[in-house]
Amino acid sequence: MALRKDHELHKRRFGRNMGVGLLLAGFVVLVMVLTIVKVSQPGFQLPQVEAGQN
Amino acid sequence: MSDASINASNIREDEAGFGDYFALLKPRVMSLVVFTAFVGLLASPVSVHPVIGFCAVLFIAIGGGASGALNMWWDADIDRVMKRTKGRPIPAGKVEEGEALSLGLALSGLSVIMLALATNVFAGAFLAFTIFFYVVIYTMWLKRATPQNIVIGGAAGAFPPVIGWIAATGTMSVEPWLMFALTFMWTPPHFWALALFMRSDYDDAGVPMLTVTHGRRATRVHILIYTVLLALLAVGTSFSGIGGPIYLAVAVVMNALFLAGAWKISRRNEDMSEEDNFKAERSFFKLSLLYLFLHFGAILAEALLKPYGLGGW
Repeated sequence: MALRKDHELHKRRFGRNMGVGLLLAGFVVLVMVLTIVKVSQPGFQLPQVEAGQN
Repeated sequence: MSDASINASNIREDEAGFGDYFALLKPRVMSLVVFTAFVGLLASPVSVHPVIGFCAVLFIAIGGGASGALNMWWDADIDRVMKRTKGRPIPAGKVEEGEALSLGLALSGLSVIMLALATNVFAGAFLAFTIFFYVVIYTMWLKRATPQNIVIGGAAGAFPPVIGWIAATGTMSVEPWLMFALTFMWTPPHFWALALFMRSDYDDAGVPMLTVTHGRRATRVHILIYTVLLALLAVGTSFSGIGGPIYLAVAVVMNALFLAGAWKISRRNEDMSEEDNFKAERSFFKLSLLYLFLHFGAILAEALLKPYGLGGW
């Protein structure tokens, strides 16, 4: 059976791929925001090794 | 027009959508995890940055979801037999067992590492232990081996407020364990009421539920005993660091209703239950959902009002 481009399967796969894509994008944003918050905390210190290299 | 990207011989009409993979994470159980972990986090005496708090609850929820996926992977055989679980993604033929295993393992690793990075290593380790407890100790080992399966499984579901507290404070104290005990003691009457009106489900699956091994009369008595112990614990918690007048009022009212429901169930026999299609058991099950929500809601209210000098004693 020939499949047309708008087969229901395409929509389902598109939905799945879109879902995964949005989750990954959200995760990247979350890690970035979390990093900014963590390094802005009053008690934040760079690890000793890196601090010594500066 | 034919489409070269789809090999017609490999087409599965029931191919999983995004929602089917999400269903592997047991969203309804996850909502309980989110709520209780959130309460554990906010009830702690430490103030947490909102972003860190959000991340903590999110990764605890993902860890809970990962446990759900691993549970569905392992229990696929009995899920196919039970009416209540037949529609889950694996028995419905939408998701392969191996996919559930991969998703569960990947999300377990991600949630533990991210929780440790976002909050502290203790919280991450405790989440790892919770996943291990639910998947290995409960699902793989004890669920099919002992009629006390629900009691032990309840412990896994009771850990989230403890993890929330540890995520905020990095330490342990008695208050999160009171929240743990509340969920732990609530789980058996909640599930045994379900087992009473789901009747043959667990029997068909060969799961040694109390209703199957000790009979339905014994299950009714067990529900009453656990409810009495739960009531003592729930009201007693009013006088701890997480309690207060709001919590006390909620605990007194809800435990009176819960005890009345358990008493009613214990006085009924199978004929009476069959006659009204397990009305009392179904009402008790519904009440149990409200019971837990209101208790944790009251703990949350006490915590939120404390900065204004209103919460607590």
